[in-house]
Amino acid sequence: MARMKFICDAERCIECNSCVTACKNEHEVPWGVNRRRVVTLNDGVPGEKSISVACMHCSDAPCMAVCPVNCFYRTDEGVVLHDKDVCIGCGYCSYACPFGAPQFPSQGTFGVRGKMDKCTFCAGGPETHGSQAEFEKYGRNRLAEGKLPACAEMCSTKALLAGDGDVVADIFRNRVVQRGKGAEVWGWGTAYGSRQAGQPPQGGKS
Amino acid sequence: MKRHFLSLMCAAAAVAALAGCGEKVQTGHAITGDAPAYAGSGSNFTAPGWKAGDRTSWEQETKARMLYGQNEYTRIR
Repeated sequence: MARMKFICDAERCIECNSCVTACKNEHEVPWGVNRRRVVTLNDGVPGEKSISVACMHCSDAPCMAVCPVNCFYRTDEGVVLHDKDVCIGCGYCSYACPFGAPQFPSQGTFGVRGKMDKCTFCAGGPETHGSQAEFEKYGRNRLAEGKLPACAEMCSTKALLAGDGDVVADIFRNRVVQRGKGAEVWGWGTAYGSRQAGQPPQGGKS
Repeated sequence: MKRHFLSLMCAAAAVAALAGCGEKVQTGHAITGDAPAYAGSGSNFTAPGWKAGDRTSWEQETKARMLYGQNEYTRIR
């Protein structure tokens, strides 16, 4: 199986924030923490675009590279997760991440000892799948339930796609062919390599 | 005096040796990843259509959710 990836189709995103709401509800994320957020580029100017941003689970994740306690790991599905029992809350990952994904809550379950919190691609963490400990630290584990991330499955316009990188790239490519525009995917090259979604591989990162 | 010093040295060596027994193994961290997603979670809300532990059925289930849940071009044709 290929890696799990996110694509946000800026031609479709209507800035409704349902992805943000779905994420917060699914994982019971506390106030002040947004694992996902919607960013609008050129707000108020004709041609403005909105994109939904969270951890992209990069192929060559900079957070993994800079973490001094090496609390990050990658699952078989290519999802970048971290162990909150190892995290020391130093914030290096926050500086390294090009998407601003790492969050540092200060209260509640997530705030214990200032652990970093971020999108898990709804894949939980290193605790036993489906356990209460996993839910309290990392949120619900939808992948282990045979589901995809709540943000993408809740997206009303299907702007946000999540799943096997090859499949979501095919879906996106088909859209671009049908509408004849909007081939650019914000963040794709930064997260997964220089080639655009749906283009044939040129070696290197997938 | 010399005998007293020797016995003190032996006691110190014994204490040092015993202290080693109480040390916990320090391997830094040992995250090698957790159980694969297809192992399932035992949740009552598990999606029907696949069997926990069966990687192929999990992949088919998630792929079907992508193709039929996120791609309207396949849903309307």
